[in-house]
Amino acid sequence: MWDYTDKVMEHFRHPRNVGAIENADATGQVGSLVCGDALKLTLKINKETEVIEDAKFETFGCASAIASSSVLTEMIKGKTLAQAAKITNQDIADELGSLPAEKMHCSVMGMEALEAAVQSYRQGGKPVVFEQEAEKIVCHCFNVSEEAIIKAIRTNHLTTVEEVTFYTKAGGACGKCKGDIQKILDKVNSCSTPAATDTKDKKFAELTIVEKIKRIEKVLEEDIRPQLNMDGGSVELVDVNGWIVKVRLVGMCNGCLAADATLKGFIERTLKEKIDSDIVVEKA
Amino acid sequence: MKLIYLDNNATTPVDAAVFEAMKPYFVEKYGNASSMYPLAAESHHAMDKARKQVADLLGAAYADEIIFTGCATESDNTAIFSAVRSFPNKKHIITSAILHPLRYLESQGYKIDYIGVDKQGRFDMAQYKETLRDDTALVTVMWANNETGTIFPIAEIARLAKAHGALFHTDAVQVIGKLPLDVKNTQIDMLSLSGHKFNAPKGVGALYVRRGTRFTEFMMGGHQEKARRGGTENIPYIVGLGKAAELAKARAEGPALAKMAALRDRLQEGLLAKIPDSKLNGDPNHRVPNTVNISFGYIEGEAILMHLNEYGICASSGSACTSGSLEPSHVMRAMGVDFQFAHGSVRFSLSEDTTQEEVDKVLEVLPGIIENLRKISPFARLAK
Repeated sequence: MWDYTDKVMEHFRHPRNVGAIENADATGQVGSLVCGDALKLTLKINKETEVIEDAKFETFGCASAIASSSVLTEMIKGKTLAQAAKITNQDIADELGSLPAEKMHCSVMGMEALEAAVQSYRQGGKPVVFEQEAEKIVCHCFNVSEEAIIKAIRTNHLTTVEEVTFYTKAGGACGKCKGDIQKILDKVNSCSTPAATDTKDKKFAELTIVEKIKRIEKVLEEDIRPQLNMDGGSVELVDVNGWIVKVRLVGMCNGCLAADATLKGFIERTLKEKIDSDIVVEKA
Repeated sequence: MKLIYLDNNATTPVDAAVFEAMKPYFVEKYGNASSMYPLAAESHHAMDKARKQVADLLGAAYADEIIFTGCATESDNTAIFSAVRSFPNKKHIITSAILHPLRYLESQGYKIDYIGVDKQGRFDMAQYKETLRDDTALVTVMWANNETGTIFPIAEIARLAKAHGALFHTDAVQVIGKLPLDVKNTQIDMLSLSGHKFNAPKGVGALYVRRGTRFTEFMMGGHQEKARRGGTENIPYIVGLGKAAELAKARAEGPALAKMAALRDRLQEGLLAKIPDSKLNGDPNHRVPNTVNISFGYIEGEAILMHLNEYGICASSGSACTSGSLEPSHVMRAMGVDFQFAHGSVRFSLSEDTTQEEVDKVLEVLPGIIENLRKISPFARLAK
């Protein structure tokens, strides 16, 4: 028997805002009949203020899925889209008092439906189905992408494969992907820099320009971009001139408060370690 | 609110007569069965009697074919490891269920073949015949499926295993007290049972090992159970198991089964008639008499159970959401249940004491619960 809070049971017994808004300004959907849970969220949004004036849901799922959907509609009503977009799965769980660890994926589903709904509004109201990037699906039983797993690990400070399963369902069925989940956990949770490789053998100055670019790109691709990608950003190589490597931060890294620290403390340091200690990284 | 307990495949209450039989063995008759004085002899005799009662329940030829254990899981582990240790050159095992010790053996280089079920939950005999090999150490198959109650043709499965020189083990926890048993006239080598599934307490089980079967102990320790299971015998629980076995044998051979089956059928027919988009899981013609498993389309099982709780009705679901592991029911998946039905299965398992009023209460409240859940399901429009 799950240890559901009174508030979970209350929302399960008397769900608020059940149904679908006609001519909704935003429709976000997540899940499927196959997965065992699904949520359809419809919103009425004030075009001037972007305030969510009404929210309704339809849910296929267990008691905590129904309660998470119900409480989510209450939480977002009266908020602007920008405010609502900041709601995390932890906020949904907190609003319910708590959820059993094994049921945290129900709150994640709420967050994903909301994300899809916001996207739907930005695209003129056409329904948007929350989709995992097909090429990066880690768990094929529940269709969970690497991105979703990384996000759950970072948001909720997860450290074990079991926790990842409780939050995302990944690994919960056949279990084949548990090894992959462990690798993702190791990657996200380790701050250590990978060991130096043989690229160090030759001095950077002796290399041709093509070799220089190849070596820099290799380190960027293997050691730097995966880390930046986890924060939703990336880096592009713009130019190489002598010791000076010019790069451009893109995505979330662009304009990030920690951009300078990323440039010097991470990118430059890694290139120094991997290729040559004389390298200087500058913003393009 | 009066409890309506329809989850007897999960566990059962201890029978009052069983509890009475156990009581003297806690405070008064506490002797260690191995000791050398009359107090100890009392324990020893009580255990002998219980062994005979369990042997009679199974239709075993000899009482010493019964080894007392802590639970069916221990019995299963004992049977599996005994088979592989007794036949070290055989590296193949056939099973009907994914058991944890088998996963371990797989990691140690054993080849494990899983035999599936068809749409009605029946054992795939053709696949089984093809899978048997000369180096098959063990075939282990549940006598009846716990979720659907479907009974497997165990005597035939055992005969084929023996014909290939393999040991045969069955986990019989779901058929005790629900079928008359006669193991001596089968080729079953080992059989597991669990006390709490038939009104003995939790924490006691048994393993039947046919005389002449090669055996290696699992729980290494003392000389207890003829050195087949170390550890001081749990006399009060063993006495309880014996008494419960006596009651279960009487039940399995008396009119109780027909009464249970009639009420079960009433529940089944009523639900299928009253609730659209519902379907029966399992083989209606080969089923233990107390179990019915029905899927309700487009909704999820745990939510159904939570609403049934409001009426004091206890049932269970094969739904992924009710298991700690999030694992969807292998049985439902193996049976190829259509996906719109796969998550909404509910199992009702009756007892001898289940009444018509209780069954009728379920028939009264469940259609409304299903309707309400479908109202909030995004897939309800797919329903009829």
